[in-house]
Amino acid sequence: MKKLFGFLREYKKESILGPLFKLCEALLELFVPLVVAAIVDTGIEKGDTPYVVRMALLLVLLGFVGLGFSITAQYFAARASVGFVARLRHALLAHIGKLSYTELDTLGGATMITRMTSDMNQVQTGLNLTLRLLLRSPFVVFGAMVMAYFVEPQTAIIFGLTILVLSVVVFGIMLLCMPLYKKVQARLDGVLRLVRENLGGARVIRAFGREEAEKETFAENNDGLTVVQRRVGRLSALLNPLTFVIINAAIIWLMHMGALKVEHGLLTQGAVIALYNYMSQILVELIKLADLIITMTKSVACGKRIAAVLEIPLDPVSGSDIPVLEDGEPAVRLDHASFTYRGAAGEAVSDVSFTAMPGETIGIIGGTGSGKSSLVSLIYRAYPTSAGTVEVYGQNVATYSLDALRNEIGLVPQKAQLFRGSIRDNLRVGKKDATEEEMWAALENACAADFVKEKDGGLDYHLEANGRNLSGGQRQRLTIARALVRRPRILILDDSASALDYATDAALRRHLRALDYHPTVFIVTQRTSSIMQADRIIVMDEGHAVGIGRHEELLASCPVYREIYASQYKKEEKTNG
Amino acid sequence: MADKKAPRGTLGKVLRHVRRYTPLLLLSLLLTAVAVFFSLYIPILVGNAIDVMIGEGQVDLAVVGEMLTKVAVSALLSALATWLYSMMNNRITFLVVRDLRNEAFSHIERLPLSYIDSHPHGDIVSRVIADADQFADGLLLGFSRFFSGALTILGTLIFMLTIQPIVALVVVVLTPLSLFVARFIASRTYAMFRAQSEARAEQTALIDEVIGTGKLIRAFGMEDETLDAFDKTNEKLQQTSLRAIFFSSLTNPSTRFINSVVYAGVALAGAVVVISSGGIAMSVGGLSSFLSYANQYTKPFNEISGVISELQNALACAARLFALIEETPEQSDRENASLPAARGEVTLSHVDFSYVPEKPLIRDLSLAVAAGKRIAIVGPTGCGKTTLINLLMRFYDVRGGSIAVDGKDIRTVTRHSLRENYGMVLQDTWLRYGTVRENIAMGKPEATDAEIEQAARAAHAHSFISRLPQGYHTVIGEDGGSLSQGQKQLLCIARVMLCLPPMLILDEATSSIDTRTELRIQKAFALMMQGRTSFIVAHRLSTIREADTILVMKDGNVIEQGSHEELLARGGFYEKLYNSQFAVT
Repeated sequence: MKKLFGFLREYKKESILGPLFKLCEALLELFVPLVVAAIVDTGIEKGDTPYVVRMALLLVLLGFVGLGFSITAQYFAARASVGFVARLRHALLAHIGKLSYTELDTLGGATMITRMTSDMNQVQTGLNLTLRLLLRSPFVVFGAMVMAYFVEPQTAIIFGLTILVLSVVVFGIMLLCMPLYKKVQARLDGVLRLVRENLGGARVIRAFGREEAEKETFAENNDGLTVVQRRVGRLSALLNPLTFVIINAAIIWLMHMGALKVEHGLLTQGAVIALYNYMSQILVELIKLADLIITMTKSVACGKRIAAVLEIPLDPVSGSDIPVLEDGEPAVRLDHASFTYRGAAGEAVSDVSFTAMPGETIGIIGGTGSGKSSLVSLIYRAYPTSAGTVEVYGQNVATYSLDALRNEIGLVPQKAQLFRGSIRDNLRVGKKDATEEEMWAALENACAADFVKEKDGGLDYHLEANGRNLSGGQRQRLTIARALVRRPRILILDDSASALDYATDAALRRHLRALDYHPTVFIVTQRTSSIMQADRIIVMDEGHAVGIGRHEELLASCPVYREIYASQYKKEEKTNG
Repeated sequence: MADKKAPRGTLGKVLRHVRRYTPLLLLSLLLTAVAVFFSLYIPILVGNAIDVMIGEGQVDLAVVGEMLTKVAVSALLSALATWLYSMMNNRITFLVVRDLRNEAFSHIERLPLSYIDSHPHGDIVSRVIADADQFADGLLLGFSRFFSGALTILGTLIFMLTIQPIVALVVVVLTPLSLFVARFIASRTYAMFRAQSEARAEQTALIDEVIGTGKLIRAFGMEDETLDAFDKTNEKLQQTSLRAIFFSSLTNPSTRFINSVVYAGVALAGAVVVISSGGIAMSVGGLSSFLSYANQYTKPFNEISGVISELQNALACAARLFALIEETPEQSDRENASLPAARGEVTLSHVDFSYVPEKPLIRDLSLAVAAGKRIAIVGPTGCGKTTLINLLMRFYDVRGGSIAVDGKDIRTVTRHSLRENYGMVLQDTWLRYGTVRENIAMGKPEATDAEIEQAARAAHAHSFISRLPQGYHTVIGEDGGSLSQGQKQLLCIARVMLCLPPMLILDEATSSIDTRTELRIQKAFALMMQGRTSFIVAHRLSTIREADTILVMKDGNVIEQGSHEELLARGGFYEKLYNSQFAVT
């Protein structure tokens, strides 16, 4: 939570001035009874109507100045709370952007979205109200107590005790509500997740005719949310009546004490009226405060959820730049590298060693779930190795700055994801300042130029989120172009030709071989045809590299490779014949 | 912004949703009246008690005692009533919002795919989550404050009229001014709250995208660019929020100012009445209690005016939620027109289709598939293969012509029964947060463990599933978590293997699966496909070759169809495609 307050520093001025102006307004309100007293004592007493008019105008003036103070205060409060939350949102998204892959795997998108949206809204409302009432309410409450002390010192104990009991009740309810509000937000995560899933998986859900079942699941989750909301609602609904009862108990005590004192001539009737009025003032203020406290509790609970994400430690991102490679040095070298996913039962990559020289093409093949993607993800440092080392350009990848490392690598991920925006915007993801020529060159090499030309507006063609308005193969080719546009030193194609037909796949590989900047290419694939001409092929099986070598060597030495090849060769032979 | 004011309709719709809880609402109203009555009664009781404390030795302790007992009882009754009505308001609010969310969700399930495909999901999510939330907050505040405020006004008004009708008239005439001001401000803030909601939704859409593509953003080191794009929406949201919050918070100080004018008016009128009548029409004490009532009277006005501005936000959010709920759903199915277990004869006659009317995609496509045939669809990417699947599954309706299964136009049977007849595996795997078992049992939740394992074995997913930490009960994260793409596909295949529907649609179903496993799965599929009509989109030639009919598609049209041999012999586009694929390896 402390972390959060740091973001308020920038709005220090506003967060101090806001409550201060509110305080001024409250002070002005104290003058009102004095003016009324003057009307009664001087105006009516002397029958001086012009004086009464002047005083009435003074009341209006006081109100007007109060209006000015109050508007200023509201402005500062709004500015501080809205600004604070805007910063916080920025910071949280920046932090999420730097979370490690492992954290991204475990956290889940739904909860991050609620934290970025719903939780932020609650914090904003809470802070805004707090800034408005922060100084005012305690001022009025303690002010009333002090005034009561001057009227009759002995009653101070009643006031003191009342305030104490009230604090216990208020904080008690706050403490009880806090975990429940957290629960509410957690349930909201679940509800949000279902909405997202049902949008993203609409086809599958409908294909299986699961709409009714989904509605039921949603209704269940929604009910769960409502139950917790109502539970916390019931608890916070206690706050108002409890304070009311406590204050009235105090009033009874006060009246009783007052009556006895008046009987013994220790107090006047007027003083009892004054004391009663002070107690009523506290009551009125407390009712407002009760609302504030409920809102505050909610926003503290939400703030904690935000802070929890902000407190997840980040991977070290700083480090050195990638050096120019000296002759004869390998571009990538894995030395007994192993890796295990968080929460997984076994290693995804076990003790893999190989070297890739600059400009070489390395094929990686193996069964489903054999660790191919995991293996290449170690190269661009998506995950840290759990044992052994990964070196790029002669240095351990962990020593590079993440930006420098990833700037040199062109990655085509397995899942062809694109952003909402133009094709041009999407290509510029690969290189910020890419020129038209660079973009078209990349598109040509990715076999994507033809279909882009046919689209309305060419490079300006608008893509829906995730490129939903493109076919699977078109998406894949754009993701390849996106990686090529930066002319990377290392190119990683993670099974990224799966949706391409053989002809396109072959043309693509021909283009890659002809690239004038000769990147080191890693091709993860299912098809032996894609890597037969690779300089080296790594055969993965259950996390282990069971064979490393050229196509012919592996055919001779590696049974797994032979089997894979046979499964395809047989097929192709059959189709040929 | 075209609509500056809350459309009247929204309020009406809200009220329609509240109507279900009318008895509860009436009870809550009654309890509010009780609570207000007793809380207003207490000052009178205390006043009576003070009246008998005249001075030393002149205190009637018996009366004081009696009054204080009454205070105690009143306080308890008022507190009890307050507690009860708060809980009822809680109940009404949360249930109304729950109903709205359920309604919105049910509606999402009925929205046409075209809507879901073309609207940012984050925007829809924002409506169901954030807008509903804000609406609940506003509604709750409205309920709790509006009643008690209105009743307090009524109560004090009666008390004032009994003291001095002329001065009371000043109050009655002046106070509505504050309501007028509140309304004036509120009607202007509605547009601002709407803008805020829209900015929020826009931002949520971006957040949704950023979080969905988190790894990609990291891989391309484009965190900064993303953040820049986010900052733009953030700045917009900050501005719209600041305006909405600030302007709506003007209501309270403004009405308070009006109230102080009222107060001054009462003081003036009262003092003049006292002076001119020499204290007969009204005493000094009367004026003082009058002033305190005037104060009490105006406070609820403050609250109500505050509520009015809160309600603008609530209504702006509700309007967005209702807009989603009222989005035209898919044409409803004819009732009881379910397609029985199909033989699998599929006929397309003169089908026209396009996603956007200006750009025709499929034109005059006719095709007859006999039951149990295996149809392979080939063609360059983007030729309309996926569109054809969209039409077969009736995710989209044809614009012209018709599609029939077993001679029945698919528009005349329920979508549910049509889709039940298809087993579909798409290239884009979709898995949900849940256990492996839940994901496989999607189409048949009542399946036994043995059936599920059998399906997983057929899909060759069993061995990797059994290596997961908790086997079939391992919870996989959103969108499959850290499973490999191939493993996700295996699970999607297992899902279909479990259901065994009479027709199959496989769109690049095995694209990320290694060929050895694929061969084995293919065998399982071949077994499955016996007697099942199947549509297969694939690039692997073995699959294509073994099909009964190959449809060659190009630019949305089937340009050739026939068996592998026929098509090769014809020497058309297929032959070219085929040869080009083998010319280079």
